[in-house]
Amino acid sequence: MGMTMSEKILAKHAGLKSVTAGQLVTCKLDMVLANDITAPPSIKIFESIGRPVFDNEKIALVPDHFQPAKDIKSAELAKIVRDFAVKHKIVHYFEQGRVGIEHVILPEKGIVAPGMLTIGADSHTCTYGAVNGFATGVGSTDLGAAMATGEAWFKVPQAIKVELTGSKPAGISGKDVILTLIGQIGVDGALYKSLEFAGDGVKSLSMTDRLTISNMAIEAGGKAGIFPYDEVTAEYVKDRVTKPFEPVAADEDAVYCQTVKIDLSALKPVVAFPHLPGNTKRVEDIKEPIAIQQVIIGSCTNGRLEDLQIAAEVFKGHKVADGVRCIVIPGSPAVYKEAMKRGYIDIFIDADCAVSTPTCGPCLGGYMGIMAAGEKCVSTTNRNFRGRMGHVDSEVYLAGPHVAAASAILGRIATAEEVQ
Amino acid sequence: MKLEGKVWRYGDNIDTDVIIPARYLNTFDPKELASHCMVDIDESFAGNVQDGDIMVGGRNFGCGSSREHAPVAIKASGIPVVIAASFARIFYRNGINIGLPLLEIGDDVEKIHADDKLQVDVSTGEIRNLTTGDVFHAHPLPGFVQEIAEAGGLIEYIKKKG
Ligand code: SF4
Repeated sequence: MGMTMSEKILAKHAGLKSVTAGQLVTCKLDMVLANDITAPPSIKIFESIGRPVFDNEKIALVPDHFQPAKDIKSAELAKIVRDFAVKHKIVHYFEQGRVGIEHVILPEKGIVAPGMLTIGADSHTCTYGAVNGFATGVGSTDLGAAMATGEAWFKVPQAIKVELTGSKPAGISGKDVILTLIGQIGVDGALYKSLEFAGDGVKSLSMTDRLTISNMAIEAGGKAGIFPYDEVTAEYVKDRVTKPFEPVAADEDAVYCQTVKIDLSALKPVVAFPHLPGNTKRVEDIKEPIAIQQVIIGSCTNGRLEDLQIAAEVFKGHKVADGVRCIVIPGSPAVYKEAMKRGYIDIFIDADCAVSTPTCGPCLGGYMGIMAAGEKCVSTTNRNFRGRMGHVDSEVYLAGPHVAAASAILGRIATAEEVQ
Repeated sequence: MKLEGKVWRYGDNIDTDVIIPARYLNTFDPKELASHCMVDIDESFAGNVQDGDIMVGGRNFGCGSSREHAPVAIKASGIPVVIAASFARIFYRNGINIGLPLLEIGDDVEKIHADDKLQVDVSTGEIRNLTTGDVFHAHPLPGFVQEIAEAGGLIEYIKKKG
């Protein structure tokens, strides 16, 4: 019986020839990740086990959530992480100035690669499926244990095949693809399962699109969201990944529990209404205009160079509407620098956007863009849960960078086409 | 282990942001987390929950972020077991790892209401609704996951295994 991409990666790391969905396996890990919120409890767990770290090159610590520290307690969290990193000589520790959002910098720096097995104490660890790895989120206990043992247990997931056909039209990004998919299958449509992308349409998706799509697999309940390895992957990892790696491909006769089809050429710009990422609507179907007060462009979902490029192209020659604030957050120092070189940052500042150093900041209601009661925000982030970005009576509408920039300019939820 | 307690009933897709909002994540002290548990959807919970009360949710309970602070906050509130139609994957794993039993009972959950009194046998998965007389059975935990739960969590399990 053939295997899916997930099954192949899990089998290999469990030292088995083959595995099937439902099987419980213990696997050796290639990378374990935590951030400034989840590392401190993980470190406490780690210390209670009383062993050394399993490998100081296979642990990544990224203080991105409340950093640069927003208050004294957050500074204390960052200090726990810093002290641990120094003590255990953690190679992939990122100090302020070098730090970006975890799921932007790990792929960008080639720390995650095709065929790799990664766990992270952050639910969006599934992002690395974009580069053909199996990566999934866990809690601090799993992570603390993994820092000591280098292992974790997994239940091999059933897989949903997402067959992409056609090619992406102009004005559509990976965000429209994933929001459309979650709208179709629901926020628990992939619960305990992996999403495995396939089909002719894959090749029309850039690495940025794929990272956005895999990032939000968890918003459908998914354990992972994996793309096949192709020329786009090869080109992306070429100058980034320095260690040898082994890409995986699904077998012809791999078993899927379900197949979902999406015709990319038929996609329209969409937004997810409050308070679930699956409340997807086409922007053109919004009857009454929805006035907004805030726009966020950034996050591990849409904080990459191509996202900023899209936003800059929409903003060029326009200004943020009166009564709206637009915060742009490049996902990493490298993204920031390149955006500056290409003039995007000038365009944002000329348009009256506030541009920030890389951080998660407002995405999880941390700081820098918290909303008051009654306010509405269009955000390129990944969650629009109640109270996610501030007051419980504020609202988040999720969208891609085209719609976010257009909405900032027009002061209401809008498509880029409407900005002329 | 038989538990008896009063039900705090919540709906579908209870996410970890409402279980413990991110603005309180600048600490990982269980007591402090418990004092903000559920506040965004139920301000009465943290002040009124009694040791031994049971939390019951609908589908996809615990979806969203991987923050272990969420099951920790629930456990530190005095809740010894959570019952739901289904759990989000990471939350489920975290619950087992920190020694908070989670019982999945599918659509039977519709027959449990706020303030019902339940008797729960965590090891057999049998749930008796003492208010209505209904009896339900939760899906058993698979293989060594059962052993992790019985050890009281992942750390105890690892220590025991050596
Ligand atoms: S940007 Fe948002 S979703 Fe991504 S890691 Fe940071 S807080 Fe989590």
